[in-house]
Amino acid sequence: MECLIGIQFNDYVLLAADCNGGRSIISMKDDVDKMFRLSERLAIIVSGESGDTNKFAEFIEQNVQLYKIRHGYELSPYAAANFTRRNQAQSLRSRSPYFVNMLLAGYDANKGQPELYYLDYLGSLMKLPFSVIGYGGYMSLSVLDRHYRPDMAEADGIRLLRTVISEIQKRLVISLSKFRVHRVDRNGVTQLDDIESKLVTP
Amino acid sequence: PTELPQPVKHGLQSGNLRINFNHGTTCLAFKYSNGIVVSVDSRASAGAYIASGTVKKVIEINPFLLGTMAGGAADCQFWQRVLSQECWLYELRNKERISVAAASKLLANILYNYKGYGLSIGTMIVGWDKKGPGLYYVDDDGTRHSGNLFAVGSGSTYAYGVLDTCYRWDMTDDEALELGRRAIYHATYRDIGSGNSNNLYLVKPDGWKFIGNYDTANLHYQYNPVAAE
Repeated sequence: MECLIGIQFNDYVLLAADCNGGRSIISMKDDVDKMFRLSERLAIIVSGESGDTNKFAEFIEQNVQLYKIRHGYELSPYAAANFTRRNQAQSLRSRSPYFVNMLLAGYDANKGQPELYYLDYLGSLMKLPFSVIGYGGYMSLSVLDRHYRPDMAEADGIRLLRTVISEIQKRLVISLSKFRVHRVDRNGVTQLDDIESKLVTP
Repeated sequence: PTELPQPVKHGLQSGNLRINFNHGTTCLAFKYSNGIVVSVDSRASAGAYIASGTVKKVIEINPFLLGTMAGGAADCQFWQRVLSQECWLYELRNKERISVAAASKLLANILYNYKGYGLSIGTMIVGWDKKGPGLYYVDDDGTRHSGNLFAVGSGSTYAYGVLDTCYRWDMTDDEALELGRRAIYHATYRDIGSGNSNNLYLVKPDGWKFIGNYDTANLHYQYNPVAAE
Protein backbone atom coordinates (compact mmCIF):
# COMPACT_ATOMS: atom_id res chain seq x y z
CA MET A 1 0.00 0.00 0.00
CA GLU A 2 2.84 2.39 0.78
CA CYS A 3 4.88 4.08 -1.91
CA LEU A 4 8.52 5.16 -1.69
CA ILE A 5 10.26 7.09 -4.48
CA GLY A 6 13.95 7.91 -4.81
CA ILE A 7 15.65 9.74 -7.68
CA GLN A 8 19.39 10.49 -7.83
CA PHE A 9 20.70 13.41 -9.88
CA ASN A 10 24.24 14.73 -10.36
CA ASP A 11 24.22 16.96 -7.28
CA TYR A 12 21.34 15.74 -5.09
CA VAL A 13 18.94 12.90 -4.36
CA LEU A 14 15.20 13.37 -3.95
CA LEU A 15 13.36 11.05 -1.56
CA ALA A 16 9.56 10.99 -1.43
CA ALA A 17 7.37 8.81 0.78
CA ASP A 18 3.61 8.79 1.13
CA CYS A 19 2.20 10.15 4.40
CA ASN A 20 -0.38 7.50 5.09
CA GLY A 21 -0.52 5.58 8.37
CA GLY A 22 -3.37 3.23 9.08
CA ARG A 23 -4.74 -0.19 9.83
CA SER A 24 -6.50 -2.31 7.17
CA ILE A 25 -9.11 -0.11 5.46
CA ILE A 26 -8.79 2.83 7.85
CA SER A 27 -6.36 5.71 7.44
CA MET A 28 -5.55 6.91 10.96
CA LYS A 29 -2.96 9.52 10.14
CA ASP A 30 -2.29 11.58 7.01
CA ASP A 31 1.01 13.25 7.94
CA VAL A 32 3.34 10.37 8.82
CA ASP A 33 7.00 11.09 8.12
CA LYS A 34 8.66 7.85 7.01
CA MET A 35 12.13 9.41 6.76
CA PHE A 36 14.85 8.67 9.28
CA ARG A 37 18.00 10.76 9.47
CA LEU A 38 20.94 8.41 9.95
CA SER A 39 23.54 11.16 9.97
CA GLU A 40 24.06 14.64 8.56
CA ARG A 41 24.15 13.52 4.92
CA LEU A 42 22.44 10.13 5.12
CA ALA A 43 18.72 9.43 5.13
CA ILE A 44 16.43 6.45 4.65
CA ILE A 45 12.73 6.12 3.86
CA VAL A 46 11.11 2.87 4.99
CA SER A 47 8.04 0.78 4.29
CA GLY A 48 6.80 -2.67 5.24
CA GLU A 49 5.38 -4.27 8.37
CA SER A 50 4.24 -1.68 10.90
CA GLY A 51 6.33 -1.78 14.04
CA ASP A 52 9.23 -3.46 12.24
CA THR A 53 9.81 -0.34 10.09
CA ASN A 54 10.30 1.98 13.08
CA LYS A 55 12.32 -0.49 15.10
CA PHE A 56 14.69 -1.42 12.27
CA ALA A 57 15.16 2.19 11.13
CA GLU A 58 15.92 3.35 14.70
CA PHE A 59 18.34 0.42 15.12
CA ILE A 60 20.28 1.41 11.99
CA GLU A 61 20.18 5.10 12.99
CA GLN A 62 21.62 4.32 16.42
CA ASN A 63 24.36 2.09 14.99
CA VAL A 64 25.43 4.72 12.45
CA GLN A 65 25.68 7.27 15.29
CA LEU A 66 27.64 4.78 17.40
CA TYR A 67 30.16 4.30 14.58
CA LYS A 68 30.71 8.04 14.48
CA ILE A 69 31.24 8.22 18.23
CA ARG A 70 33.65 5.28 18.25
CA HIS A 71 35.75 6.17 15.20
CA GLY A 72 35.41 9.94 14.98
CA TYR A 73 34.18 9.98 11.39
CA GLU A 74 30.97 9.01 9.63
CA LEU A 75 30.15 5.91 7.64
CA SER A 76 30.06 6.49 3.89
CA PRO A 77 26.69 5.84 2.19
CA TYR A 78 28.18 2.72 0.55
CA ALA A 79 29.30 1.35 3.93
CA ALA A 80 26.05 2.24 5.67
CA ALA A 81 24.04 0.55 2.92
CA ASN A 82 26.13 -2.61 3.18
CA PHE A 83 25.86 -2.60 6.97
CA THR A 84 22.06 -2.33 6.68
CA ARG A 85 21.91 -5.05 4.04
CA ARG A 86 23.94 -7.40 6.20
CA ASN A 87 21.52 -6.89 9.07
CA GLN A 88 18.55 -7.65 6.82
CA ALA A 89 20.22 -10.75 5.38
CA GLN A 90 20.99 -12.04 8.89
CA SER A 91 17.44 -11.29 10.07
CA LEU A 92 15.90 -13.12 7.10
CA ARG A 93 16.74 -16.62 8.34
CA SER A 94 16.31 -15.83 12.02
CA ARG A 95 13.41 -16.74 14.26
CA SER A 96 11.54 -13.56 13.48
CA PRO A 97 12.65 -11.61 10.39
CA TYR A 98 12.20 -7.86 9.96
CA PHE A 99 9.90 -7.15 7.04
CA VAL A 100 11.26 -3.75 5.94
CA ASN A 101 12.02 -2.30 2.50
CA MET A 102 13.88 0.97 2.16
CA LEU A 103 15.61 3.50 0.00
CA LEU A 104 18.87 4.89 1.35
CA ALA A 105 20.14 8.23 0.08
CA GLY A 106 23.44 9.78 0.99
CA TYR A 107 26.02 12.32 -0.10
CA ASP A 108 29.54 10.92 -0.13
CA ALA A 109 31.73 13.89 0.82
CA ASN A 110 34.93 12.09 -0.28
CA LYS A 111 33.68 11.13 -3.73
CA GLY A 112 31.74 14.39 -4.03
CA GLN A 113 28.58 12.72 -5.30
CA PRO A 114 25.14 11.71 -4.08
CA GLU A 115 24.10 8.04 -4.06
CA LEU A 116 20.81 6.13 -3.90
CA TYR A 117 20.52 2.52 -2.75
CA TYR A 118 17.58 0.12 -2.85
CA LEU A 119 17.39 -2.37 0.05
CA ASP A 120 14.68 -4.92 0.58
CA TYR A 121 13.69 -7.40 3.27
CA LEU A 122 15.32 -10.33 1.42
CA GLY A 123 18.73 -8.69 1.75
CA SER A 124 19.01 -7.28 -1.77
CA LEU A 125 21.15 -4.18 -2.27
CA MET A 126 21.33 -2.20 -5.53
CA LYS A 127 22.81 1.19 -6.30
CA LEU A 128 20.34 2.80 -8.68
CA PRO A 129 19.68 6.11 -10.44
CA PHE A 130 16.02 5.90 -9.44
CA SER A 131 13.71 3.46 -7.67
CA VAL A 132 10.10 3.09 -6.58
CA ILE A 133 8.97 0.67 -3.85
CA GLY A 134 5.33 -0.41 -3.67
CA TYR A 135 2.45 -0.78 -6.12
CA GLY A 136 3.17 2.77 -7.27
CA GLY A 137 6.21 1.41 -9.11
CA TYR A 138 4.01 -0.35 -11.67
CA MET A 139 2.70 3.02 -12.72
CA SER A 140 5.76 5.18 -12.49
CA LEU A 141 8.96 3.30 -13.44
CA SER A 142 8.24 3.74 -17.15
CA VAL A 143 7.70 7.47 -16.62
CA LEU A 144 11.15 7.60 -15.03
CA ASP A 145 12.70 5.43 -17.75
CA ARG A 146 11.33 7.82 -20.38
CA HIS A 147 11.96 11.21 -18.81
CA TYR A 148 14.82 10.89 -16.31
CA ARG A 149 18.11 12.65 -17.01
CA PRO A 150 20.89 12.79 -14.38
CA ASP A 151 21.77 16.42 -15.08
CA MET A 152 18.41 17.91 -14.11
CA ALA A 153 18.50 20.99 -11.92
CA GLU A 154 16.35 21.05 -8.81
CA ALA A 155 13.28 22.66 -10.40
CA ASP A 156 13.25 20.03 -13.16
CA GLY A 157 13.88 17.27 -10.67
CA ILE A 158 10.88 18.32 -8.60
CA ARG A 159 8.79 18.54 -11.76
CA LEU A 160 9.80 14.97 -12.66
CA LEU A 161 8.87 13.82 -9.15
CA ARG A 162 5.49 15.56 -9.43
CA THR A 163 4.90 13.85 -12.81
CA VAL A 164 5.66 10.49 -11.21
CA ILE A 165 3.33 11.14 -8.28
CA SER A 166 0.53 12.46 -10.49
CA GLU A 167 0.68 9.25 -12.56
CA ILE A 168 0.45 7.17 -9.38
CA GLN A 169 -2.48 9.23 -8.10
CA LYS A 170 -4.21 8.85 -11.45
CA ARG A 171 -3.81 5.09 -11.96
CA LEU A 172 -3.47 3.49 -8.53
CA VAL A 173 -6.74 2.49 -6.93
CA ILE A 174 -5.50 3.33 -3.43
CA SER A 175 -5.53 7.01 -2.58
CA LEU A 176 -2.10 8.43 -1.71
CA SER A 177 -2.92 12.07 -1.43
CA LYS A 178 0.22 13.40 0.25
CA PHE A 179 3.94 12.77 -0.20
CA ARG A 180 6.64 14.13 2.07
CA VAL A 181 9.76 15.11 0.10
CA HIS A 182 13.38 15.40 1.24
CA ARG A 183 16.52 16.42 -0.62
CA VAL A 184 19.92 14.96 0.27
CA ASP A 185 22.93 16.86 -1.02
CA ARG A 186 26.29 18.23 0.12
CA ASN A 187 24.49 20.56 2.55
CA GLY A 188 22.69 17.73 4.31
CA VAL A 189 19.11 16.50 4.49
CA THR A 190 16.46 19.17 3.86
CA GLN A 191 12.71 18.84 3.90
CA LEU A 192 11.00 20.33 0.85
CA ASP A 193 7.33 21.25 0.37
CA ASP A 194 4.90 18.34 0.59
CA ILE A 195 3.38 17.21 -2.70
CA GLU A 196 -0.32 16.76 -2.15
CA SER A 197 -3.52 16.69 -4.08
CA LYS A 198 -6.36 18.80 -2.80
CA LEU A 199 -9.16 16.72 -1.33
CA VAL A 200 -12.85 17.47 -1.74
CA THR A 201 -14.14 19.89 0.91
CA PRO A 202 -17.80 19.94 1.99
CA PRO B 1 -7.92 -10.06 -10.50
CA THR B 2 -8.91 -9.79 -6.84
CA GLU B 3 -11.36 -12.09 -5.10
CA LEU B 4 -14.64 -10.80 -3.77
CA PRO B 5 -14.30 -10.50 0.02
CA GLN B 6 -15.83 -13.54 1.68
CA PRO B 7 -17.07 -13.53 5.27
CA VAL B 8 -14.82 -15.47 7.61
CA LYS B 9 -14.71 -15.78 11.37
CA HIS B 10 -14.32 -12.29 12.86
CA GLY B 11 -14.21 -10.45 9.55
CA LEU B 12 -13.74 -10.59 5.78
CA GLN B 13 -11.12 -12.32 3.66
CA SER B 14 -10.06 -11.76 0.06
CA GLY B 15 -7.15 -13.99 -0.97
CA ASN B 16 -4.39 -13.16 1.48
CA LEU B 17 -5.93 -9.94 2.71
CA ARG B 18 -7.87 -10.33 5.95
CA ILE B 19 -9.89 -7.59 7.60
CA ASN B 20 -10.51 -8.39 11.23
CA PHE B 21 -13.44 -6.77 12.99
CA ASN B 22 -12.72 -8.51 16.22
CA HIS B 23 -12.07 -5.35 18.22
CA GLY B 24 -15.75 -5.05 19.15
CA THR B 25 -15.62 -1.61 20.63
CA THR B 26 -15.47 2.08 19.89
CA CYS B 27 -12.93 4.30 21.63
CA LEU B 28 -12.04 7.80 20.62
CA ALA B 29 -9.88 10.66 21.83
CA PHE B 30 -9.15 14.11 20.45
CA LYS B 31 -7.21 17.21 21.44
CA TYR B 32 -8.78 20.65 21.27
CA SER B 33 -7.85 24.15 22.43
CA ASN B 34 -8.58 23.55 26.12
CA GLY B 35 -7.74 19.88 26.66
CA ILE B 36 -8.34 16.33 25.49
CA VAL B 37 -11.64 14.46 25.42
CA VAL B 38 -11.64 10.66 25.83
CA SER B 39 -14.92 8.91 25.03
CA VAL B 40 -15.54 5.15 24.96
CA ASP B 41 -18.41 2.67 24.85
CA SER B 42 -18.92 -0.10 27.43
CA ARG B 43 -20.02 -3.24 25.58
CA ALA B 44 -18.21 -6.59 25.67
CA SER B 45 -19.52 -9.00 23.03
CA ALA B 46 -18.75 -12.72 22.72
CA GLY B 47 -19.97 -13.37 19.17
CA ALA B 48 -23.64 -12.41 19.13
CA TYR B 49 -23.94 -12.50 22.93
CA ILE B 50 -23.49 -9.34 24.95
CA ALA B 51 -21.30 -10.53 27.78
CA SER B 52 -21.31 -7.22 29.61
CA GLY B 53 -22.68 -3.73 29.19
CA THR B 54 -20.68 -2.14 31.97
CA VAL B 55 -17.07 -2.61 30.94
CA LYS B 56 -14.60 0.10 31.94
CA LYS B 57 -12.66 0.67 28.75
CA VAL B 58 -10.71 3.62 30.07
CA ILE B 59 -7.81 2.50 32.22
CA GLU B 60 -6.49 5.01 34.74
CA ILE B 61 -2.72 4.58 34.53
CA ASN B 62 -2.01 7.45 36.92
CA PRO B 63 -3.75 10.73 37.79
CA PHE B 64 -2.30 12.34 34.63
CA LEU B 65 -2.38 9.41 32.18
CA LEU B 66 -5.27 7.47 30.69
CA GLY B 67 -5.29 4.43 28.41
CA THR B 68 -8.18 3.14 26.31
CA MET B 69 -9.04 -0.51 25.73
CA ALA B 70 -9.72 -2.11 22.35
CA GLY B 71 -9.05 -5.72 21.40
CA GLY B 72 -8.48 -8.25 24.14
CA ALA B 73 -9.76 -6.90 27.46
CA ALA B 74 -7.33 -8.95 29.53
CA ASP B 75 -4.38 -7.96 27.34
CA CYS B 76 -5.25 -4.26 27.62
CA GLN B 77 -5.84 -4.32 31.37
CA PHE B 78 -2.76 -6.37 32.16
CA TRP B 79 -0.27 -4.52 29.99
CA GLN B 80 -1.57 -1.09 30.94
CA ARG B 81 -1.18 -2.09 34.60
CA VAL B 82 2.43 -3.06 33.77
CA LEU B 83 2.73 0.36 32.13
CA SER B 84 1.54 2.10 35.32
CA GLN B 85 4.14 0.18 37.30
CA GLU B 86 6.87 1.29 34.87
CA CYS B 87 5.61 4.91 35.00
CA TRP B 88 5.74 4.90 38.79
CA LEU B 89 9.28 3.46 38.74
CA TYR B 90 10.29 6.19 36.29
CA GLU B 91 8.92 8.81 38.66
CA LEU B 92 10.78 7.33 41.61
CA ARG B 93 14.07 7.14 39.71
CA ASN B 94 13.91 10.52 37.98
CA LYS B 95 11.89 12.59 40.53
CA GLU B 96 9.80 13.81 37.63
CA ARG B 97 6.53 12.69 36.09
CA ILE B 98 6.95 10.62 32.94
CA SER B 99 6.03 12.31 29.64
CA VAL B 100 3.21 10.92 27.48
CA ALA B 101 5.70 10.30 24.66
CA ALA B 102 7.93 8.22 26.95
CA ALA B 103 5.03 6.30 28.49
CA SER B 104 3.63 5.40 25.07
CA LYS B 105 7.11 4.41 23.83
CA LEU B 106 7.55 2.12 26.87
CA LEU B 107 4.30 0.35 26.02
CA ALA B 108 5.07 0.22 22.28
CA ASN B 109 8.47 -1.37 22.94
CA ILE B 110 6.93 -3.99 25.28
CA LEU B 111 4.26 -4.83 22.70
CA TYR B 112 6.85 -5.05 19.92
CA ASN B 113 8.72 -7.70 21.89
CA TYR B 114 5.54 -9.80 21.96
CA LYS B 115 4.80 -9.23 18.30
CA GLY B 116 3.48 -12.38 16.61
CA TYR B 117 2.46 -14.00 19.92
CA GLY B 118 -1.21 -13.16 19.51
CA LEU B 119 -1.66 -10.16 21.79
CA SER B 120 -4.61 -8.05 20.71
CA ILE B 121 -4.28 -4.44 21.84
CA GLY B 122 -5.35 -1.20 20.14
CA THR B 123 -4.95 1.57 22.67
CA MET B 124 -4.61 5.30 22.98
CA ILE B 125 -2.32 6.76 25.64
CA VAL B 126 -3.64 10.16 26.66
CA GLY B 127 -2.20 12.65 29.11
CA TRP B 128 -0.85 16.05 29.92
CA ASP B 129 2.85 16.70 30.50
CA LYS B 130 5.20 19.68 30.44
CA LYS B 131 5.06 19.76 26.63
CA GLY B 132 1.28 20.14 26.75
CA PRO B 133 -1.46 17.68 25.75
CA GLY B 134 -0.27 14.28 24.51
CA LEU B 135 -2.21 11.71 22.51
CA TYR B 136 -0.61 8.54 21.11
CA TYR B 137 -2.11 5.52 19.33
CA VAL B 138 -0.26 2.28 20.17
CA ASP B 139 -1.15 -1.19 18.94
CA ASP B 140 -0.12 -4.82 19.11
CA ASP B 141 1.88 -4.85 15.90
CA GLY B 142 4.20 -2.18 17.26
CA THR B 143 2.67 0.87 15.61
CA ARG B 144 2.94 4.13 17.54
CA HIS B 145 1.45 7.35 16.12
CA SER B 146 1.09 10.79 17.65
CA GLY B 147 -1.92 12.81 16.58
CA ASN B 148 -4.77 15.17 17.36
CA LEU B 149 -7.65 12.77 16.80
CA PHE B 150 -8.00 8.99 16.81
CA ALA B 151 -10.81 6.42 16.90
CA VAL B 152 -10.16 2.72 17.49
CA GLY B 153 -12.27 -0.44 17.24
CA SER B 154 -14.98 -1.95 15.07
CA GLY B 155 -17.10 1.20 15.39
CA SER B 156 -14.22 3.55 14.70
CA THR B 157 -15.21 4.23 11.10
CA TYR B 158 -18.64 5.50 12.23
CA ALA B 159 -17.04 7.63 14.92
CA TYR B 160 -14.64 9.13 12.37
CA GLY B 161 -17.60 10.18 10.23
CA VAL B 162 -19.05 12.33 13.00
CA LEU B 163 -15.66 13.51 14.31
CA ASP B 164 -14.23 14.50 10.92
CA THR B 165 -17.29 16.51 9.94
CA CYS B 166 -17.87 18.31 13.25
CA TYR B 167 -14.37 18.68 14.75
CA ARG B 168 -12.85 22.14 15.28
CA TRP B 169 -9.76 23.07 17.29
CA ASP B 170 -11.55 26.02 18.93
CA MET B 171 -14.32 24.50 21.01
CA THR B 172 -15.55 25.10 24.52
CA ASP B 173 -15.35 22.24 27.02
CA ASP B 174 -19.08 21.59 26.65
CA GLU B 175 -18.94 21.53 22.84
CA ALA B 176 -16.00 19.14 22.89
CA LEU B 177 -17.68 16.79 25.39
CA GLU B 178 -20.87 16.84 23.33
CA LEU B 179 -18.88 15.93 20.22
CA GLY B 180 -17.28 13.01 22.07
CA ARG B 181 -20.66 11.82 23.32
CA ARG B 182 -22.28 12.20 19.91
CA ALA B 183 -19.55 10.34 18.04
CA ILE B 184 -19.82 7.35 20.38
CA TYR B 185 -23.61 7.40 20.15
CA HIS B 186 -23.48 7.23 16.34
CA ALA B 187 -20.93 4.43 16.45
CA THR B 188 -23.07 2.43 18.88
CA TYR B 189 -26.11 2.96 16.66
CA ARG B 190 -24.50 1.45 13.58
CA ASP B 191 -21.97 -1.04 15.00
CA ILE B 192 -23.25 -4.20 16.69
CA GLY B 193 -20.00 -4.62 18.60
CA SER B 194 -20.41 -1.29 20.42
CA GLY B 195 -23.14 -0.03 22.68
CA ASN B 196 -24.74 0.06 26.12
CA SER B 197 -23.22 3.22 27.59
CA ASN B 198 -20.68 5.97 27.00
CA ASN B 199 -17.95 6.87 29.48
CA LEU B 200 -16.57 10.38 29.10
CA TYR B 201 -13.29 11.74 30.46
CA LEU B 202 -11.75 15.18 30.11
CA VAL B 203 -7.97 15.68 30.43
CA LYS B 204 -6.67 19.08 31.54
CA PRO B 205 -3.27 20.38 32.71
CA ASP B 206 -4.04 19.26 36.27
CA GLY B 207 -4.96 15.71 35.29
CA TRP B 208 -7.97 13.76 34.06
CA LYS B 209 -11.54 14.06 35.31
CA PHE B 210 -14.36 11.54 34.88
CA ILE B 211 -17.30 13.44 33.44
CA GLY B 212 -20.03 10.81 33.42
CA ASN B 213 -21.64 7.63 32.16
CA TYR B 214 -24.39 8.08 29.56
CA ASP B 215 -26.75 5.30 28.48
CA THR B 216 -26.75 5.29 24.67
CA ALA B 217 -30.41 4.24 24.58
CA ASN B 218 -31.29 7.43 26.45
CA LEU B 219 -29.01 9.42 24.15
CA HIS B 220 -30.93 7.96 21.20
CA TYR B 221 -34.25 9.37 22.38
CA GLN B 222 -32.56 12.64 23.35
CA TYR B 223 -31.23 13.09 19.80
CA ASN B 224 -34.40 11.70 18.18
CA PRO B 225 -37.26 12.91 20.32
CA VAL B 226 -40.57 11.05 19.90
CA ALA B 227 -43.62 13.30 19.82
CA ALA B 228 -45.88 12.79 22.85
CA GLU B 229 -48.96 10.67 22.01
